[in-house]
Amino acid sequence: MHAVVDYLPSILSGALLTLELALLSLFMALVLGLTGAAAKLSKIAPARWTATLYTTVMRGVPDLVMMLLVFYGGQILVNEVGDRLGWDYVEIDPFVAGFVTIGVIFGAYFTETFRGAFQSVPAGQLEAGAAYGLSRWQVFARILFPQMLRFALPGVGNNWLVLLKSTAIVSMIGLSDMTWLADQAGRSTREPFLFYMVVCVLYLLMTAVSGVVLDWLTRRYNVGVRASVL
Amino acid sequence: MDTSVITDNLAQYVSGAWLTLHLVFISCLCGLALAIPLAVLRVSRNHLVSGTVGVYTYFFRGTPMLVQLLLIYYGFAQFQWLQDQWQAEHPLWLLFREPYFCALLAFALNTCAYTTEIIAGSMRNVPHGEIEAARAMGMSYPTLLRRIVLPSALRRAIPAYSNEIILMLQGSSIASAVTLVDITGAARNVYSVHFAPFEAFVFAGLIYLVLTFALVGAFRLAERHWLAHLQPRKSAAAPVPSA
Repeated sequence: MHAVVDYLPSILSGALLTLELALLSLFMALVLGLTGAAAKLSKIAPARWTATLYTTVMRGVPDLVMMLLVFYGGQILVNEVGDRLGWDYVEIDPFVAGFVTIGVIFGAYFTETFRGAFQSVPAGQLEAGAAYGLSRWQVFARILFPQMLRFALPGVGNNWLVLLKSTAIVSMIGLSDMTWLADQAGRSTREPFLFYMVVCVLYLLMTAVSGVVLDWLTRRYNVGVRASVL
Repeated sequence: MDTSVITDNLAQYVSGAWLTLHLVFISCLCGLALAIPLAVLRVSRNHLVSGTVGVYTYFFRGTPMLVQLLLIYYGFAQFQWLQDQWQAEHPLWLLFREPYFCALLAFALNTCAYTTEIIAGSMRNVPHGEIEAARAMGMSYPTLLRRIVLPSALRRAIPAYSNEIILMLQGSSIASAVTLVDITGAARNVYSVHFAPFEAFVFAGLIYLVLTFALVGAFRLAERHWLAHLQPRKSAAAPVPSA
């Protein structure tokens, strides 16, 4: 058991890295998701086509394949461009490759979530806003967006939990997240089962905390909405 | 793009696709077979029974499948007892040295946990009136499950279950972490030999994309067949009111 105590600080630092990676990816995915939803609902046909292509490809290709492509392919791409511009050799950081890939992939899932949520806001709300003489921007910022969040929240919560777990694959491109560190600790102590269990417990802890936060957000965004009782 | 990298290694991709397909197919089949009885236990009114199944689904749905796979393949070898069984060449326990078996086990346990919750959720949503009617007819609990609850719950679970299978197809790409050469594994081999990441991984991505489309199409047909009673009535088929 003492082995766990020795390696715990290292694995906890890996957990912190996992969390940073997940939060950065989440931020990127939220921005891409809102942009994608705007494109899917836009009147401009090429914008809709681009967004559809984006969501179809991202949801049909495994995250690991995409990550290997970004990590190894990006390396070559950056250096080919760099050669022409006279840069020195640039090394792609697995952390950057990891959060860009996860952010771009989950951006596609968030696009669908936000698109559905925008469409769930009753049209009468928007008409009422226009009737009050609000500008289009005011209708968006005061009426559409805040109400959309309530509809989007369950989907956002689900996507977040999936995103959090898919961060484990960054260990396969050599980023020292908690899965990778546990792997190393398991090899050197010959107690891999123990250390993988520690990682499982840490992931479960993160999911549990996320659940509490999501419940709180759901309550907050549903203030003033009567729940339907069957 | 150098297409010869792909054409020269086509055989590797094809055998990788075959491995991916039967890993996903067998694990989903085992997962589903186990999930139906577990879902019945999950909706049980006995808290001890439903709670025990709940702990299993909570663990497997709350941790990454990659960690579960590593736990089974590398983790179990930690136990001296298992190593003794290997020394004795006990056929059952030798399976835990096979990456193929470990991947199958991890995938099946993972998808089973998700499927259990999908089916349990669908069982809870069976209209109460149907259950009351069945009780009023004097059906016992097993008969009620077999004739009323399960046929309706399993059908209505198809849309959610199709998502689960597609996620399993994508998730199976981690099989290459335990030395298996599935589609992703083939792409990684091709990359390391030819140092051509675009060709290697874009082609792998295309294969997954095609498989995903095929699954989506197959499930659309399945829904049309088994969920026909929930479709909105087509106007052409609507009965013409008699004058």
